[in-house]
Amino acid sequence: MMKEDTLAKTFDAAASKRRCRKFRRRILDISQTVSALHAAGAFSCLEIVDSIYFGLMQRDDEGRLTDTFLLSKGHGSLAQYVVLEELGILPREELDNFCKPGCILGTHPDFGIPGIEAATGSLGHGLPITVGMALADKVQGIDRTVYVVLSDGELQEGSVWEAMMIAPTLGIKNLVAVVDLNDFQSLGRTSETHPNFYPVLDKVSAFGWETVEVDGHDQQAIFDAVSSRLGGAPMMVIARTVKGKGVSYMENVPIWHYRSPSPEEYQQALLELAGEEEA
Amino acid sequence: MRDTFARTLYQVAKKRSNVFIVVADISPAGSMAPFREEFPDHFINVGVAEQTMISLCAGLALRGCTAFAYTIATFSIYRPFEQVRIDLCYQNLPVTVVGIGGGVSYSTLGGTHHAQEDIAVVGAIPNMAVIAPCDPLETEAATWVCAERNGPTYLRLGKAGEPNLTGDAPEPFEFGKVRKIKEGRDVCIIAYGPIMKMAFEVAEKLERDEQRSVAIYSAHTVKPLDTAGIKRILDNFETVAVVEEHSVRGSLGGQVKQLAWDVRANCKLLTFSLRDEFIHQFGSQRDMWTAHGLTPEIIYDAIVAGS
Repeated sequence: MMKEDTLAKTFDAAASKRRCRKFRRRILDISQTVSALHAAGAFSCLEIVDSIYFGLMQRDDEGRLTDTFLLSKGHGSLAQYVVLEELGILPREELDNFCKPGCILGTHPDFGIPGIEAATGSLGHGLPITVGMALADKVQGIDRTVYVVLSDGELQEGSVWEAMMIAPTLGIKNLVAVVDLNDFQSLGRTSETHPNFYPVLDKVSAFGWETVEVDGHDQQAIFDAVSSRLGGAPMMVIARTVKGKGVSYMENVPIWHYRSPSPEEYQQALLELAGEEEA
Repeated sequence: MRDTFARTLYQVAKKRSNVFIVVADISPAGSMAPFREEFPDHFINVGVAEQTMISLCAGLALRGCTAFAYTIATFSIYRPFEQVRIDLCYQNLPVTVVGIGGGVSYSTLGGTHHAQEDIAVVGAIPNMAVIAPCDPLETEAATWVCAERNGPTYLRLGKAGEPNLTGDAPEPFEFGKVRKIKEGRDVCIIAYGPIMKMAFEVAEKLERDEQRSVAIYSAHTVKPLDTAGIKRILDNFETVAVVEEHSVRGSLGGQVKQLAWDVRANCKLLTFSLRDEFIHQFGSQRDMWTAHGLTPEIIYDAIVAGS
């Protein structure tokens, strides 16, 4: 549903860029406390998650988020955790103890954690779940938008296409899905394993979705594309991204799907982020 | 049973505003009509898309709604197993998966439509409850229980045309309790689901030909199983027989045997289940039972020989 105030809302993209640099540093810090994490997949969707939480999601008079966000690509959880920490929804000590005994935060978002709407981690569940949420809101007349972020590898799950087929048919308009199209899955380039899958946008449009393609690291572009949507159908944003974005040796290198940087690599990454800040 | 379910769901929806049924291109057309006419926004057909049927129900439940997913038993859990496991059970959401034609009810449709190990499969998932009513009256009670539960339930129903067997039951239907539906002193038959009528046939013959007094219990709640109730039965009868339309693995028969060992039961204990094999035959539901070695005569003879 298109809302007047969404159009009028402004978004400070420069502040978002500052936050995302901070988030990358925070994720790199956490990487030094665990043997493996999905840093690259988190880096590819950081700008997307930030623009949704800080730009697009509605708040009530007391500043509490009233819209819903679900990270269907649960392996990118760190991107959501750092944002939830920034918002004060997750306490800092939890992320300090990421994946440690007694900590509520693991590699995949768990149901019941503050700010987490559903357990994800197995791909292909998020979109149909959010279709159900959006349907409940629509039928019950609740003015709320549901945001869901998927990975491009995830689009290979049949359940995603089941949900894509049915959402417009059910008259759902209050749903915005963003595909983090970083062209990588665990074993290689998605465009090489599934060349006929491209262009993705045409296929989604053919299923009755409002679609747009954007640079997934351009916060303003993401915000503008979603805020100016027509709203007559659910929207899917195809966000072109770089896996491992922001750290040169991680960008487009599959091993960083899982690996944590060594202390030397960690220092180099921090220097790169600092350089970006000065530039 | 399916018509009773549809009529009861309509009554539930009249009392509660947040009840949805999500079907995967399967619905009892006539009996569902009142629900569809009065609550069109709450009847959702996702098409032949069982994974989305389950996840969509989870989304509804996450918004505080009570959702029923409905299709043929095999498709309700085997196809979307992971959605049932994670979206419903891991998150412990109030969604009922209604499996129509549990067991071998779809006797002319072949093995692809036989749900003969469904209880073993869903029963293995934490948080999942399993209810398998034996007749339309129990189906009505079970549907209300499902609507009021705070977690996921697999409601295993027959297909259509099951007779009422529990109209004179001495005990009421209560979730999680085995239920005495016929009085008796010597032999006890425990069963659930549509094969309950075979339990009555065996009881009648034992009483007529052998002068044995036979009690019958409905174990409608297969999970969580009423272990205290089962132990009492094992204590109180000289012969106990379990009859079920489910594979020998992972369902009621094996659990009762385990309990019997735990309590050092002194009774004779016999179990009758579907075989752990696929059959390639067609006919009536009873023909399928026969093909699996389940007939009143076989059960009768075994009880007489074992006592």
